[in-house]
Order: sequence, then structure tokens, then C-alpha cells
Amino acid sequence: MDVGWLGATLAAARPQALAALLRAFRDLDTAEEALQEACLRALKTWPQNGPPRDAAAWLIMVGRNVAIDTVRRRKREAPLPDEETLSERDDAEAALAEELDESHYRDDILRLLFVCCHPDLPNAQQIALALRIVSGLSVKEIARAFLTTEAAMEQRITRAKRKVASADVPFEAPSAPDRAARVATVAAAIYLLFNEGYAASGGDAYLRLPLCDEAIRLARLLLRLFPTEPEIMGLTALLLLQHSRAAARLDASGDIVLLDEQDRSRWDRRMIAEGLALLDKAMRHGQPGVYQLQAAVAALHARAERPEDTDWAQIELLYAALERLQPSPVVSLNRAVATWKVRGPQPALELITPLRDALSGYFYFHGLEGALLDKLGRTGEARVAFDRAIALAHSPAEAAHIRRQLDRLNVTATTTPAAAV
Amino acid sequence: MLYAILCYHQEDIVCSWSKEEDDAVMARLAPIQERLARQGKLGPVARLMPTTAATTLRKDRDPPLVIDGPFAETKEQLLGFYLVDCASLDEALAIAKELGEANPGGSYELRPVAFFNPAGASAGSPSKVSA
Repeated sequence: MDVGWLGATLAAARPQALAALLRAFRDLDTAEEALQEACLRALKTWPQNGPPRDAAAWLIMVGRNVAIDTVRRRKREAPLPDEETLSERDDAEAALAEELDESHYRDDILRLLFVCCHPDLPNAQQIALALRIVSGLSVKEIARAFLTTEAAMEQRITRAKRKVASADVPFEAPSAPDRAARVATVAAAIYLLFNEGYAASGGDAYLRLPLCDEAIRLARLLLRLFPTEPEIMGLTALLLLQHSRAAARLDASGDIVLLDEQDRSRWDRRMIAEGLALLDKAMRHGQPGVYQLQAAVAALHARAERPEDTDWAQIELLYAALERLQPSPVVSLNRAVATWKVRGPQPALELITPLRDALSGYFYFHGLEGALLDKLGRTGEARVAFDRAIALAHSPAEAAHIRRQLDRLNVTATTTPAAAV
Repeated sequence: MLYAILCYHQEDIVCSWSKEEDDAVMARLAPIQERLARQGKLGPVARLMPTTAATTLRKDRDPPLVIDGPFAETKEQLLGFYLVDCASLDEALAIAKELGEANPGGSYELRPVAFFNPAGASAGSPSKVSA
């Protein structure tokens, strides 16, 4: 049997199997060890006997038996039996049939995701734990993506596990508001994970792209669990639409190519089509949210065959709606870009002036301010803004973009001012 | 006889293929499809988006109910289909086996086609695949 296929089957069954084992044993380490052993046995027996019809159920069954054996062995070695664990074990056995019929499948996986994305954990630990536990990436792979050492990553994951063990996540089926809160927490962590991969730039950027793939996989998993949640459709659409630009977004050295300068023929049409389909579905619900609105902006960029075809008026409206739902200076700055394209530089400049304090350390603020001042003929002030932007640039592409504008200012200053439009 | 070859597989497995793996499967399938097309045996071929993109219309009530998600939650999902024109079930099975070697895992369901309207124009006999 094809070994690659075996690996894919185990990976696909992992969240469901681990989630059921977590509910049976109520301990992440026990569940993980049980699954590990079950996977080893699968690697031995499946190639000979063929794969089982239901890989997850097989792994749950074998993993559960392995863990119970381990608990029994520990019992014999331990001086005093732990009554609570013993009755737990009986419960676990009685509950097996129930587990396998998947009646708790949805809340089990959500719980597993929620444990990993627990609000008590700092973001970096949430992401690392989710990649290790849910996605099943090795510590080495995660360390590579986060550009850190294996030892440091191991420590980060251990610390996160210890913290969630003491966080005491209840194992009963959650109430509807609790469930909604869990979904929102997990969605936010998936979004963060995606941005870890997406925001990377420079020589290491390509190493981090797998984080985007993982985030999309987790978003799809969450959407399969909650197929009627418009915001989860929106999140999945957003990630697909952003990631569709991956091949055009980074140059050979991993530096970011600005949206206007990207070769749009290299955008992934299949991801765009799926993103648009999901967004279309989400909008039918008439319950806009932050992910849907951002996905709608990404969709307008994706639909434009050339930069000048972009529907900026619609983008301005979407950013205004996003500003109302989630006020933030960065959202206002994005809206100002659209305002500029739709209504000219003066109203855009008026929009961003109040953001100066909040965004004084932000490259894009000074870049936009410089461009607007330039358009308004305020060349001296534009030069100051561009100089600030260059000092804050994160990548050679950002710096080069600003430098081109500065060069143009200098040329303009030494030739006839009337020629500059 | 026209047969539909309905392709079932676990979509979380197919969705977790890397782009390279996915491209490799498509590259293995392409020459088979080209040959079948040359032989006039190949009708429409479709690959469906994941079931997360699906919407279901329940029309057993009035007004019909629109539901997000696929018609049924199953372990393996309908991910695509081929239409082939074959002299016999044996020939259709041979084609399915050949496609299956290029794209292992999952199952193909072979269903004879009772009515086929390739262009949405006048209804004709379902004997010819290509419009």
C-alpha cells in the first residue's frame, strides 16, 4: 500500500481520534500517548491487512485500549489505587459505543481546539500547541516555521500544556453561548496562525508558508463542524483569498511584492473560486462580521483583473462597516486608501491626520501620508513623510517602493513643477 | 451505454494533499482523459469543491428549506464525476480501474445514465457523449 496515503489517512483522522481520547481520559498527555501508540500499530497492521473502513474509529478503539492498559499497569505499580481514575476508566469503557457513533464528535473536536487555543495562553503558545496537538506537526517542524530552536519550542509547548492542564476546561457539552464563545476563540487563533505565515518576509518567508496551509486546514475543519456559521465561512474564505496570492506575493528572495505590482496570472484561481463561493454563501445570512467583511475586501481585489479594475468605492464601504464593528487605526488607514482612490487625496488626508499618534511607528501610515501630500503638491512635507516611512520599512520591497516616490519628488523639484502630475 | 463514474473519497484527506501531490495526481490523470477523449468515450468531467462550499435545498416542504452544507454527512464525500461512453460495464470498470491507479484511495461508484442532455437543448438519446 502507498505509504504516503497511509500518512494522509492518519493525519486526517487525527483531530477526531485525539478529541475522543481526550474526552475519555481527560488528560492531553495520556490522549496523545495513546494516539501515538495507536498510529504505530496502524503503520504495522494497515499495510498488511488493508486500511479499516473508519480510520478514526479504529484509532480511538486501539488508543483507548492502550491507554487503559497503561493505567492498569500504573495501578499495579502504585501503592494506592486512585478510585476516581478507576471509575473514570469504567465510564470511558461504557462511553465507547457513544463515542464511536460520533454523537459528541463536534463538541469533542471543538473542545480539543479550544484547549489548544485557550484564552489563558499567550498567542504564541496557542499557535504552537494547536500545531503540535491538532495538526500533529513535529516539534522540529514547528520550530523551523517559527525560526527558533527545537529546545525552545519544546519548552514553549510544555509550558502551554501545563497551563491548559490547570485551566480546567469542562468536559460536559457546552451551552450554546459557551459553544459560540469557544468557536470565536478558536477562529481568532486560526486567524493568528495564518498571519504568522502570511506576514513573514525575507529569506525565511518560504519556510513559514506551511503555517498558512495549516490554518486553512483548521478553518475547514471548524467549518465542517459548524457549517452554518457565516463568520466561519467568512474566515475560511478570507484565508483562501489571501493565500491565493502567495505565489505572486513573494519574489525569489522572499520579499513582499506590493499588490499593485503582483503578476495576477499567478494568483491561484482554484482558491479564489472556493473563497468566492464560501463568501457568497456567508452573505446570504445577512449577518456581517469582521471575517466576512475582510473576505469581501479580499474578494474585490481577487475579482479585479488589473489593479485599475478594483472596485474601490465598494472597498471604502466595506472598511467603513469594518470600522464600526471593530474600530482600529489600521482599519481606518485602510479605509483612507480607498477614500483616496474614490474621492481624492484631500478627504483621505483628513481621515488619517487624527491617526498620527496611534500609528507614528507604522510604515504604511507614513507611506500613505507621503503619497497624499505629494498628490496635494505639498512636496516638502511629503519628503519628510517618505523619509520616516523608509526608516520604518520592514523589507527591501517596501523601502524600494518609497524610494521610487522620493526619486520622483527630486526629479520634479529640479525640473518644471508644472510637469508633475 | 453511458456511465457516470462518481468519485468518493474523504475530503479531509484530499484537502490535505500538498499542491505538489495534487498536481501530481492531476498530471497522472490527464493522459488517460486525453486518450478517452480522443476515442470519443469521454463526456463532461468535474471536480467538486469541498462539501463546506455546498448548500442543500430541501424541497420536500413548501417553501423549500435552504441548508448550509452537503445533503448528507458521510465518511466519504462525492468529490467529482466523469461521464464515459462504454460498450459494457466491463469496459467502464476497466476505465475506472485505470483512473483509480492514477488516483488511489476512496471509491468510484459506476452508475448507468438514464437520461443525458449535454447542451440543455433538445433532449436526445443518451448514446452520444460529446455534444
